[in-house]
Amino acid sequence: MQLARVVGTVVSTVKNESLHGRKLLIVQTVDKDLQPSGKPMVAVDAVGAGVGELVFWCRGKEASFPFKREDTPTDCTIVGIIDSEQHVTR
Amino acid sequence: MIIARILGTVVATQKDERLSGKKLLIVRPINVDGSDTTGYVVAVDTVGAGFHERVLVVAGSSARLAQGMKDVPVDAAIVGVIDTVDVG
Repeated sequence: MQLARVVGTVVSTVKNESLHGRKLLIVQTVDKDLQPSGKPMVAVDAVGAGVGELVFWCRGKEASFPFKREDTPTDCTIVGIIDSEQHVTR
Repeated sequence: MIIARILGTVVATQKDERLSGKKLLIVRPINVDGSDTTGYVVAVDTVGAGFHERVLVVAGSSARLAQGMKDVPVDAAIVGVIDTVDVG
């Protein structure tokens, strides 16, 4: 799992049926000092995150597990919202 | 998932039978501002995307979870056509 900042949203009307009703957000992965590192990704939201929030996301097939009952084609899912920047201790 | 732009098509007659009837497209990953990056991916289309459209591409085994892709040997699938990208 990776720490990231939600930096934007994506709107898609025509999409695979298994993605209907899912919120798509752009996440910028951050390093341990909360500085941007790497390229932004498009993530499916599983927890109700919003723009500006610090979150952690899961990659790979496991990213579809939060939506276990219905197969959801995602390789990047937001699985948690970090309470505040002060809660990231290093 | 990544954002990509459709560059072209691939035609393959001899292929795994589970890929029969699937449209193969060449896509190039792009940045959120729409600028091109390097490289390309061959992805299976599940939404009816067209040339030069911005699309969402899911990679890895998750690509098989898209509707109609069950047990199909793919590791990249186009799962959405992008209307807007809003980066605040």
